[in-house]
Amino acid sequence: MQYIHVASVPFLDVVESSEQPIAFRTTRGRGDRVYRGFGYGAGWLTLAIMGLIGGFLFYQSLDAFRYEGFTFFTETRWITSVSGGRFGIAAVLLGTVVIAVVALVLAVPTAIGTALFITEYAPKRIRAILTSLVDLLAAVPSLIYGIWGAAVLEGQVVYVSRFLADHFGWFPPFHTTSLAGSKVPTTLTDFTASAFLAGIVVALMILPICTAVMREVFAQAPPGEKEGALALGGTRWGVIRDVVLPFGKGGIIGGAMLGLGRALGETVAVALIISRTTDVHNLLQILKTGGNSIAALIARSWTESQGIASSALMAAGLVLFTVTLIVNAGASFVVSRSRSGAATEI
Amino acid sequence: METLHLTENDTGPDAVDDVKTVRSDHENKIVIRSVDADSVITYAGSTAASLALTWLVYERFAPFSGTLGFIVVAWLVFVSIVYVSARQQWGRVAARDHFVRLCVTSAALLALIPLGSIVFSVVERGYHGLQVSFLTKTLKAASTQNKFSEGGALHSIVGSFEVVGIAMLISVPLGVMTAVFLNEIGGRLARPVRMLTDAMSAVPSIVAGLFIYAVLIQPGILDAMGFTGALALSILMLPTVTRTTEVVLRLVPGGLREASLALGGSEWNTTRQVVLPTARTGLVTAVVLGVARVVGETAPLIMTMIGAQRLNSNPFSGLQDALPLFIWNQKIHGGLEGVAQEWLWSGACVLLVIVLVLFALARLLASRAGLSRRS
Repeated sequence: MQYIHVASVPFLDVVESSEQPIAFRTTRGRGDRVYRGFGYGAGWLTLAIMGLIGGFLFYQSLDAFRYEGFTFFTETRWITSVSGGRFGIAAVLLGTVVIAVVALVLAVPTAIGTALFITEYAPKRIRAILTSLVDLLAAVPSLIYGIWGAAVLEGQVVYVSRFLADHFGWFPPFHTTSLAGSKVPTTLTDFTASAFLAGIVVALMILPICTAVMREVFAQAPPGEKEGALALGGTRWGVIRDVVLPFGKGGIIGGAMLGLGRALGETVAVALIISRTTDVHNLLQILKTGGNSIAALIARSWTESQGIASSALMAAGLVLFTVTLIVNAGASFVVSRSRSGAATEI
Repeated sequence: METLHLTENDTGPDAVDDVKTVRSDHENKIVIRSVDADSVITYAGSTAASLALTWLVYERFAPFSGTLGFIVVAWLVFVSIVYVSARQQWGRVAARDHFVRLCVTSAALLALIPLGSIVFSVVERGYHGLQVSFLTKTLKAASTQNKFSEGGALHSIVGSFEVVGIAMLISVPLGVMTAVFLNEIGGRLARPVRMLTDAMSAVPSIVAGLFIYAVLIQPGILDAMGFTGALALSILMLPTVTRTTEVVLRLVPGGLREASLALGGSEWNTTRQVVLPTARTGLVTAVVLGVARVVGETAPLIMTMIGAQRLNSNPFSGLQDALPLFIWNQKIHGGLEGVAQEWLWSGACVLLVIVLVLFALARLLASRAGLSRRS
């Protein structure tokens, strides 16, 4: 950055005589002034677009806020019509968070493992191939994840869900009641279209970004300390535990948070998998048919919504925008600090 | 490969005899990362034991079926057996090392199995899509009573190309200009712009659609059409293009810029005639990555393009379809069986092929541009 300032001074005018200290002054031609103007314009436009997104969503959701008032944040039902209804973000937001948490619990350990394998274990040639393949996971469209999850993965996951519900039902997240009553369900249809299934699919979709961030931070672990640990007779796991992981802590947290931001906003894949519910008890039983998310709600009910109903969806979108923005800002902060922070203490 | 040769022959041809005698006389050659018979037998035995035990558990206790469940249980049993037998043979420290190595390796494999499954199932169910009738017909006269060959996705493919093309025309110049601003001009504004570009890349795609709807369609400025869809896509494409271009520009050696400035070139001339041409291949990569980012986007198009069944090649008037919308509408409205399912998977197959080609192209160009990885 510094060098650019020095080098981008096209004409230097010596203002005073050589006895005096020299003052540098930059004069730019008209072409350069236009060029800089366009550059600044492009920069400002990025700022403006982000501001406008927030502003317009807020403006369009005013009708819904006026109609529902503060209860928009506490109401769990989502029943809308052209002129009103009873709707609130509470249950849908809970559903969004539940799916994102399931996705994180599955994706973060896998991402740590994959990143460690790529940086510490894999031979060079496999390393490049594996990196490409993990990135390819990010290139597959959300829509294809959705139809694959509903058509292929579901048929496998229902068995796992039933097994977990039957044998580990005492563990709160796996506690499940049947759709009809309080009996433990045993039919496979009780486990289709669940938040658990959506969570697995979202985990696959956020895996590449988590892995990429962690891989980058792990790769920067000081080689001197790693070799030192090996030379002292440590195993590879010893090196990872005592050098790589403590060094990469920031990357793990940052990668997980970036993944969380993506998971909260996942739309089409989730919309094609879950069967939307606003029943809070059902939302918390992740293995059971149900689940919900803000983005899926908008995608599925957009075409038949007008008036207040459409404004309510705008309000939901505004909440989603705000939440993802906060999570991502936190993630960038953590990642940037972990890169510049106490790197080498030798 | 090269390093291997070096370590074995680094004493040169003259010294080979000496080395041999030294080795045989004093000590055994130390081989790093060797696979010894002990571990081979341990791993093979553990595999057999875990498969047998899992089969037993599966048949005996749990009413637990499905291939996925079998693999999960077998894996858990396998890891435990390896750990126990390694601990018996080599002690706790080595056993933990083996345990972690297994976990890490399987995590990497775990990430790849679904990728294989996705590609396989989409191609298996949708390879019809690559036949001529699907690529040349539309759904104009088609209904779910039709045969597969009577309908196609031509209207969606045309729409996708036009919409992505327009999005490209909007966001590529803007993205490149923003990257030039961040890297060549800089200043106090650069920090917030870089931060918000990062934030923009994380905007949920459906929010981009809501935004365009709220700005243009709701107030009645424009109707839903291909162009509004393209605007929504360009919002999603912009941060990808900006960030990739910025990385590419950073790779242009500073000496080239200084040489140009020292020869009396203006800043604009330096950027246009030195920096951008040097980074040419990288810029193409940025464009391809941006296209790959948006070509499969569905959510923003639901509200800004809505979709159509007939061919409309004018993106500035009337509803238009896109490939993701084609798949989405078949999924939502087409029913679970019959010809709609075939169209759905065929559309998915065409989309996946397009994405894979773009991805491979981006990789190829990136390696040529000297980008070690995309960021």
